[in-house]
Amino acid sequence: MNAVVKQEAVRPDTLSAPEVARWRQDFPILQQTVHGKPLVYLDNAATTQKPLAVIEAEARYYREYNANVHRGVHTLSQRATDAFEAARDTVRRFINAARREEIVFVRGTTEAINLVATSFGQRLRRGDEILITEMEHHSNIVPWQLLCERSGATLRVAPIDDAGELRLDEFARLLGPATRLVAVTQLSNALGTVNPVRQLIELAHAAGAVVLVDGAQAVAHLPVDVQALGSDFYAFSGHKLYGPTGIGVLYGKAALLESMPPYQGGGDMIRQVTFTRTTYNDLPYKFEAGTPNIAGVIGLGAAIDYVNTVGLPAIAAHEQALLDYATAEAAQIPGLRLIGTARDKASILAFTLEGVHPHDVGTILDLEGVAVRAGHHCAMPVMAHFGVPATARASFALYNTAEDVATLLRAIRKAREVFG
Amino acid sequence: MSDLRDLYQELIVDHYRRPHNFGPLAGANRHAEGFNPLCGDHLSLSLKVVDGVIEEARFEGAGCAISTASASLMTDALKGRTEAEAEALFAVFHALVTSEDGLPADAPLGKLAVLAGVREFPTRVKCATLAWHTLLAALHQDGQPVSTE
Ligand SMILES: Cc1ncc(COP(=O)(O)O)c(C=O)c1O
Repeated sequence: MNAVVKQEAVRPDTLSAPEVARWRQDFPILQQTVHGKPLVYLDNAATTQKPLAVIEAEARYYREYNANVHRGVHTLSQRATDAFEAARDTVRRFINAARREEIVFVRGTTEAINLVATSFGQRLRRGDEILITEMEHHSNIVPWQLLCERSGATLRVAPIDDAGELRLDEFARLLGPATRLVAVTQLSNALGTVNPVRQLIELAHAAGAVVLVDGAQAVAHLPVDVQALGSDFYAFSGHKLYGPTGIGVLYGKAALLESMPPYQGGGDMIRQVTFTRTTYNDLPYKFEAGTPNIAGVIGLGAAIDYVNTVGLPAIAAHEQALLDYATAEAAQIPGLRLIGTARDKASILAFTLEGVHPHDVGTILDLEGVAVRAGHHCAMPVMAHFGVPATARASFALYNTAEDVATLLRAIRKAREVFG
Repeated sequence: MSDLRDLYQELIVDHYRRPHNFGPLAGANRHAEGFNPLCGDHLSLSLKVVDGVIEEARFEGAGCAISTASASLMTDALKGRTEAEAEALFAVFHALVTSEDGLPADAPLGKLAVLAGVREFPTRVKCATLAWHTLLAALHQDGQPVSTE
């Protein structure tokens, strides 16, 4: 038990940038202890913490102008509708969509993907193919499996290599005239791999396929421009972007969305209803049946405003410095195996520790105040590829510090000691 | 405040690193599989029951320290017990890892008591009870894999 703890390397000074201390002040939840230790929150890929600006935007809506949207003539309803639609404009600018009608509010990435699988999916037939990758989250696998069962289409899977990078040659080989849809993540939640989505979209379009990009992890770490990417659909969740849970976005090119049947029926999505014929509302309302998550939309708008104030390039640079530092130091820990060593990576450090099950790593780290995720990360095919039942995963956000990383590394060494 | 060593006692770590009764069981006549979908743990339990008495108990699978040590200690404790005694032990063990006030000092637990620390870690109770739920399935032999979810 008296293993010499290696002195942590000198930390790059970009990591102790004064801004980070200031940013941390915006997140009240971080000022607490867990098991008597200061909280080190490194489970950001699961969900990020929320800045005061978001918490207060939601509270202000409920306190000052709670009303239903799009259906009242009264003042509060107008205020709520204005705030709701202003958030749509904020989202449009954030991902640089061409038109506000292309922004559909949903519950999250999962619902966005299911919407496309259900609605766009109606045009798929036996003999058609859907291409995904081996690194997808279950929510970008299962909706396509269900669609294949319904339609008779076939699911194809482009493999990854042992660094966790997509095999581009295989991806290109699997694309063909039968490929109707390609669904691919921009940033893998299990590996941290950043996919060259722009290139993948070009290849897919050349084969005549429509492309959905799962941006659940990407939007909080990389500036996204859906027009520059050429993406047909882009899905993301508010809660991984410093926003509330229960709200997310499906971006779709207007012409595509126009051509698709509704997803759910109900209020708001109709123009006229009779018992013989119902006509549907314009975009995006055609896809927004029922009273939406108004507070969530307003909170998401506030989260994007917050991220814009800090600046995604600054966030990305800060997180990259943390990841580089953590990666270099983790490699020094005996028995530690990194899962996911792609050349282009962001914000995620997944690993196994020889002789210590990830679940035990998670508990031991928790006792040191360090919150990480242990498990299969809803990516069981990735676990199977690397021959592990599970991994431990630390994931970074704008408020993490070099000290957080040092605490993580100390706690990992402690886990090694416990299991000697 | 909970301490690391309340949970990861030496005995638990030992049973994790060198589990007892690990491997296939020739002549087994009771068998069940257990899964914890949350963490991917998988456990397969085999028993040899003769005239209502558990003569042999062995397990295979991959799991965390808590679930492996629990299976190791459980299979040790089962040998020589009747099926009814084994079921009674399940109830005592369950109370050990879940009840607020713990158990009377004279509860017939033996080495199993080392898992009492799990009580302070609600997220890990399922790890400790996986082997035991699998035991019940094997005794009732309904053929259904048990899942902690
Ligand atoms: C890559 C990826 N895709 C999809 C999802 C699903 O997101 P949500 O649960 O918010 O719908 C996640 C979240 O874990 C994710 O990391």
